[in-house]
Amino acid sequence: MIATLSKIARVGVITEPARPSSDAELEKVGTEIRGVIDRRFRGSLAIRQVDAGSCNGCELEIHALNNAFYDIERFGIHFVASPRHADILLVTGPVSRHMQHALLTTYQSTPDPKWVIAVGTCAADGGEFGVSYASCGAVSNVVPVDAVIPGCPPKPLHLLEGIMSLISRSV
Amino acid sequence: MMDSRAPLSDLHSAWITDLRQTLAAQGVESQDLTGMTLLPAAVWQVKPDDWGLIAREAQLVQCRWAGLWLDDLGGQGFRANVALVKHGGFLVVRTELEASTLKLASHARYFPAADRVERHAADLYGVRFEGHPDPRRWVRHQAWPEDQYPLRKTFPAAGRPEDRTRPDSEYPFLGSAAPEVYEIPVGPVHAGIIEPGHFRFLAVGETVLNLEERLGYVHKGIEKIAEGRDADGLARLAGRVSGDSTVAHAWAACMAMERAYALVIPSRGYRLRGILAERERIGNHLGDIGAICNDVGFPFANYQLTRLREGWLRDNAAWFGHRLLMDRIVPGGVATDLRNEHVEPMRRRLSELATELDELRPILDTNHSLQDRLVGAGMLSLEDATSLGCLGYVGRGSGFDCDLRRDRPYAPYDELEVDAASRREGDVAARLNVRFDEIGASLKVLDQLLTKLDSGPIRNPWPGEARVSEGLGVVEGWRGEILAYVRFDGRGLVARYYPRDPSVFNWPALEQLIHGNIVPDFPMCNKSVNGSYAGHDL
Repeated sequence: MIATLSKIARVGVITEPARPSSDAELEKVGTEIRGVIDRRFRGSLAIRQVDAGSCNGCELEIHALNNAFYDIERFGIHFVASPRHADILLVTGPVSRHMQHALLTTYQSTPDPKWVIAVGTCAADGGEFGVSYASCGAVSNVVPVDAVIPGCPPKPLHLLEGIMSLISRSV
Repeated sequence: MMDSRAPLSDLHSAWITDLRQTLAAQGVESQDLTGMTLLPAAVWQVKPDDWGLIAREAQLVQCRWAGLWLDDLGGQGFRANVALVKHGGFLVVRTELEASTLKLASHARYFPAADRVERHAADLYGVRFEGHPDPRRWVRHQAWPEDQYPLRKTFPAAGRPEDRTRPDSEYPFLGSAAPEVYEIPVGPVHAGIIEPGHFRFLAVGETVLNLEERLGYVHKGIEKIAEGRDADGLARLAGRVSGDSTVAHAWAACMAMERAYALVIPSRGYRLRGILAERERIGNHLGDIGAICNDVGFPFANYQLTRLREGWLRDNAAWFGHRLLMDRIVPGGVATDLRNEHVEPMRRRLSELATELDELRPILDTNHSLQDRLVGAGMLSLEDATSLGCLGYVGRGSGFDCDLRRDRPYAPYDELEVDAASRREGDVAARLNVRFDEIGASLKVLDQLLTKLDSGPIRNPWPGEARVSEGLGVVEGWRGEILAYVRFDGRGLVARYYPRDPSVFNWPALEQLIHGNIVPDFPMCNKSVNGSYAGHDL
């Protein structure tokens, strides 16, 4: 136990500032973000992530948002297990035809008002997979999309920026 | 220096000679094509009627069944291939089939590993596997009709899909009539940031009586949309078969294509490939060890190990231009060089990571509440690991010890010392410990590679003249052996691509090792196997 506590103390706080001063736009969005979440979402923004056919690269980077460097929960943003608790669906993949129904059901289970963010190049436009007998391509071919975060996969900071800019815009 | 044209050694090939004699004594005629194609594997062509006998005899000499793929030769019938492995020596047995009699004896009765792979081929080619113990559909849900076969050349890649694909709600799961047994359906959308798939539990109280996996939800038609791509295009697609194994899949596909064209890559190119692959291995092991501990409520390990992983990925971005190293491996070599001024910082990071893990591992090892959950949970017997052909840390955690980097080293591993980690206990703790040990082994491999890294070109140009040719690439990814088959059509375009992810053989292990465990231990058991849904579904 002493070793555990000692390790925690020595690593210290590594969480990075939310608003890198080099990025004026992120600075502006970042200043508003907490206020937006407090006002619009009563301090808590709930995200349900749906892999609708991704190669799992996007999932790795979405996962990284929870590591101590990004620590997305400090903004009041957290990932929830049920779409019924979600404000935002974060959808990755080209939508495989075998996931089309599940994605639609998830969308319908999410209470209004809700937003959908298509994450990654495949979710944006089908990427390497496009439209085929097995793939519906872009997420917008299946459910309405409010914002797109491109990248293969998008970096965690870009994910954060994308979420921030959507909820700022929605107010 | 061993390249793709090197002959098989005695150890690799002796069993193949013996097997051929045994089969010949039973009247099996086989044409030996070894040396004419698919080097360095041995290749035989047999008659379709002898297909079952091959499996029976191969099982008797304790081969590992490593994959099956069909190929539509476009109006000239179909070709079936099976890969068998022993002592690091690869044997590909093939046979040709008429479209009118598309049937083969199933290998699944001799090799349980063949079960789902044959069902995958049956769904996509319409080949009938006679004597298969479980003829239910597998990768096919409802996106195309039962009598249509997407991988036949006459089937258009666009297909004829309905506007809205119906859910596969009629799939006949194993049930139980006993009133004490209740069914727990889970997925395809899971309660976390993970890939989709369905798990059907039969449980009595908290104890799992049976688990049945239903995969195929992320089937994206990779084998079909590979057709018609050029070499660069196939490498990009291969890098997205399973995003967490982007390096290993791209390497396997490039190796297959380079062998098809007899293209040798520069030594700096293959050493950099080794560096990329070992960095991918370490990055994934770091994240997963943390996640396994997190699944049993020990977030300390998760925070520490994801911290180390994040630093590792940032270094990837700084030195190679991409956090997950996508599109770094390209036909002919690698796309990104390592700058000389980054060699020492990388070496420093290797020793820093070793120091961190030397401190963290004893904390995990001596935490009783953690070990109480990990030790003895999710037990996979050596017998099951062997018959399912489990690969990577899943096999090695149960004493089924395959590591191509040691058994059949390809460049750059033929010039390196690789400590392949292995355990015998077969539980979650064993798989976790194998992964810890593998990080240590990979750090040593990286150190050797940095020492050997010479100056020179990193990529050779892709040959101008097109060929009718085929190649087999096999590499040891972080999850285990990845096999890739590529056939070119004579116009420089891909006619067939088959990537076999190790998850194909590791997913069935989860159904076995969960028996008798409690439902709340499923996330930890699942994570200790960590099959790729994308790599499995294709």
